[in-house]
Amino acid sequence: MSVAGAVGRRNIHNWLTNPALVVPGLLFPLFFFTAFAGGLSRVDSVPGFDYGAGYTTFIYGFVLLQGAAFGGVFTAFSVARDFESGFSQRLMLAAGNRHGIIAGYWLAAVARAAFNIAVITVIALLAGLEIDGGAVDLVGLYTLVLLVNAFAMLAGTGVAMRLRTMQAAPAVQTPFFLLLFLAPVWVPFDLLTGWVKGAATFNPITLVLEANRGFLEGDPVKVLPAFLVVAALASLSLVWARGGLRSAERAA
Amino acid sequence: MSRSTVALQVGVLARRSIVRTLRQPALVVPAIVFPLILLAISSSGLASVTDLPGFPTDSYFQFALAISFVQGALFSANSAGTNVASDVESGFINRLSLTPLRRAALMLGQLAGILSLGLIQALTFISVGLAFGAGFESGFAGVLTIVALSLLISLGFGCLGAFVALRSGSGEAVQGAFPLLFAALFLSSMNLPRELIEIDWFRTVATWNPVSYMLEGIRSLMIDGWDTEALALGFGCAGGLALIALVAASAALRTRMVRT
Repeated sequence: MSVAGAVGRRNIHNWLTNPALVVPGLLFPLFFFTAFAGGLSRVDSVPGFDYGAGYTTFIYGFVLLQGAAFGGVFTAFSVARDFESGFSQRLMLAAGNRHGIIAGYWLAAVARAAFNIAVITVIALLAGLEIDGGAVDLVGLYTLVLLVNAFAMLAGTGVAMRLRTMQAAPAVQTPFFLLLFLAPVWVPFDLLTGWVKGAATFNPITLVLEANRGFLEGDPVKVLPAFLVVAALASLSLVWARGGLRSAERAA
Repeated sequence: MSRSTVALQVGVLARRSIVRTLRQPALVVPAIVFPLILLAISSSGLASVTDLPGFPTDSYFQFALAISFVQGALFSANSAGTNVASDVESGFINRLSLTPLRRAALMLGQLAGILSLGLIQALTFISVGLAFGAGFESGFAGVLTIVALSLLISLGFGCLGAFVALRSGSGEAVQGAFPLLFAALFLSSMNLPRELIEIDWFRTVATWNPVSYMLEGIRSLMIDGWDTEALALGFGCAGGLALIALVAASAALRTRMVRT
């Protein structure tokens, strides 16, 4: 626990005191929110668009997920940077329990995600976000996106610990970018056409996104499958991250 | 200094700029692949938008293809800025300032790499458009006009990237400015025609945003045929950006060479 606390505190401190680390993880979800909720709001007039809480809320469900996932992905960048600078090699010599290192980065990822979620939510509320779900729905919503945050952080950390260089950044980020955008981002699943519909059918993020939007609308759907699939992905990613740690230990 | 000497200087620097740009896959590949990925995803994900009354075409792919040209040009800004910043950081420009090289030759030479990248992008996007069934209502002459407009847009954003690099002398500053350029694209009529944008403030921003007119200029040639107004606005905005950014970059280069 002491290792996790120390790693988490250091990472959060570095992040909060360096705008170059705070801004990018937040900026892109906000860009997407502005461009989609503002520029595409007429999409809710497309025949068959049946989401009751409005287009701003529909897009918020996606951007929330993106902000949480980016909190995890950008924490994985920090893991790579720490290896590149040699800090992690020294940390592994000093840490009594090295699993605490992963736990520490996870704490930092949660802090980043919470910050992103808070800023995105305030801006979305100012832009007309309507939340029809109750308190229980909101607990479900934010728990689900934090699980996605853990999945992103652990999967990215597994890559970062194996490659141990900032050049790993595209290998960390690109899969999540694709996973997020190969889901029903702009329209409900039934309105998708072409190859993206095929990809969205098998994309686990589709379930999460639909559950998110159900919570926001106050009409939860696919809750159990969404939690099960994200819990499974987070568990597999934990195994992957521990494998990364072992790889880093062998290289140290 | 004779004209032939200046031309020789431009030629040497242009060759260096082109070779250096094309030898960096990390700059060239994302500038072509990312716009195509966005095109592939948005054209399928937003296909149902064509059911909106007043949407100008029944193919969202055809509508979205124009985004690739402008997005590719934004990558040109990043590429130009990164190369120029690298020249500043490595002391290359300092060393050149000790030679009788003309500043205009240096600036023109640096921009040659951007134009070569812009040409590759434009030809790739047009080929992809043709391969996947996008029509070009204005015909072959329209395709050539799209290439010309696309190069002008690349030049404008490339000069902007060069300006940031020369002014700051830092590759990090160029990377930091990159999201701001993306904001300009996101706050335009990239996803829907302006008349179909429902949110008032967004429509107002998109109307004042020159990127909207660059997109609409390219789109008009694909969807409508020859629309003089859209083309005049598209070339006007792209040319205006190129002129202002070129003047600013030249002034920044003068300051930097004086500092040296």
